Order: sequence, then C-alpha cells, then structure tokens
Amino acid sequence: MKFADFVCFKAVIPELKATDRDGAIAELVSSLDKARKLGKGNCEKIIKAVIKREKEASTGMGKGVAVPHVKHSAVKNIVAAVGLSSRGIDFSALDKQPVYSVILLISPEGNPDKHLQAMENIFKHLQKERFRKFLRQCQTPEQIEDLLREADENPSL
Amino acid sequence: MQKVVCETEVDIKNADGLHMRPAMQFVDVASQFDCDITVSNNENTVDGKSIMQISMLAATCGTRLRIKAEGPDAQEALDALRELVEDKHFDEPTPKEKKKQ
Repeated sequence: MKFADFVCFKAVIPELKATDRDGAIAELVSSLDKARKLGKGNCEKIIKAVIKREKEASTGMGKGVAVPHVKHSAVKNIVAAVGLSSRGIDFSALDKQPVYSVILLISPEGNPDKHLQAMENIFKHLQKERFRKFLRQCQTPEQIEDLLREADENPSL
Repeated sequence: MQKVVCETEVDIKNADGLHMRPAMQFVDVASQFDCDITVSNNENTVDGKSIMQISMLAATCGTRLRIKAEGPDAQEALDALRELVEDKHFDEPTPKEKKKQ
C-alpha cells in the first residue's frame, strides 16, 4: 500500500495550531471531517475514540513521530491525515521526547489486514531518518503531498 | 564467553495480526534479554527490539515469522517470545474466538 492510497491530501496540516496531544488529534480528525471523509455526525465520536486508544498506550514511537489511530465503523476505507508541529507536542512518547510529525489513521472495522498494510507503509518510511527530516521540514500542504508521493515512487528515499 | 545462536519459527495466531499493541508487547519481551534478536518474514529482516521495525513487518494472522537470537540468553528469549506469540497470542482473540464474541 502507498501513501497516496490512504492519505487525504486535503487533510494535511503543515503547522498544527494545537499544542497538546488531544488538541492535535481533534484538529486532524476535524480536518478529515472537513474533507468529507468521515460521514455525517461522526467527528466528535471519532476524536473521543482516538484519544481513548491513545490513553491505553501511546502511539508516540519515539524519534519525534506519533501515529494515533483507531478502527471505526464510520469509514469504509482507510484514511489518514498528516500534521506537523515545529514546537513539538507531548505525546507521552516512548522516548519521552516531543513529537513533530503526526500521522493519524482511521481504519474500517473488520479488515485488520488492510490496517496492517497501511502501518507497514507508514513505518517503512518513518524509520528512515532522512524521511523524518524531510517531513518535518515541510511548510505547505503541497510540500507534504510532494514528499509522500515521492516516497511512494522512490522507496529508497 | 560461548556464542549462542538460536532460531525458531512462529505463526501469528491472533485475528488482528501484529498491529501496534502486539508489536509493543513483542519489543517489551525482546528487550528483557541481552541477546540480539532479529525477526524475518519473507521480505525483510528487522531488529526485534525496535518498535518501528517490528510494526513494519505488518504480519497478518497466519504469517510465519523467523526469529533469530544471538547471545548468552538466546534460548530463553526465544522461549519467551514463542509463548507470547503462539501460546498467549498477545492476549488477543484468534479468528475462531473472535467469531464467537
């Protein structure tokens, strides 16, 4: 699976307004909602579900990235939003360091394999220092989209 | 010190596969041991103590993984990981158990 298969490029935020974890999650879910990816009236429910999941175990995997996610019946296909924060956000990450890049993923219920394939793609790239650095440096939605599409085309990026 | 290298294969049995929470459990158990641990599917070989790398395997239910451990406590590590993956299946339901729910 490629980024372009599940990232909603209308829902990428080069500078999150939020300064805390729950705010960042709300901002990204709302952004997917505005892009009409979540169906009517589900935005608040999904925000709560993602935060609940995040409280069970942080998805801040270290190295400045977090991948909050939830499975929810509101979506039929996997959809993701990307948000960046130059100040850094406390996600209670495994390495206790602030998070600068957030990839928020909403997966449909009943299709665990698809969810794993999206995660595989995300971590294939996020574990590379160069990719993390390039992502953090993006300043416009277009730059984020270009980077993700380039990563899709050129796996060695 | 004698160099110990052990290898084993395990099957993923929980319905949701090796998603983030099981991946974290795996890394937690692996990190309790001094030996080096690598995990392979058909395509990739990754560090068994790195959460990002283990998540990257995207091992679905039914996937067979090859675990290799190198170091004095290699056999203990493999026993503990086998217990987690195959006996406890990450404290999650298998596809059969999930249907009953």
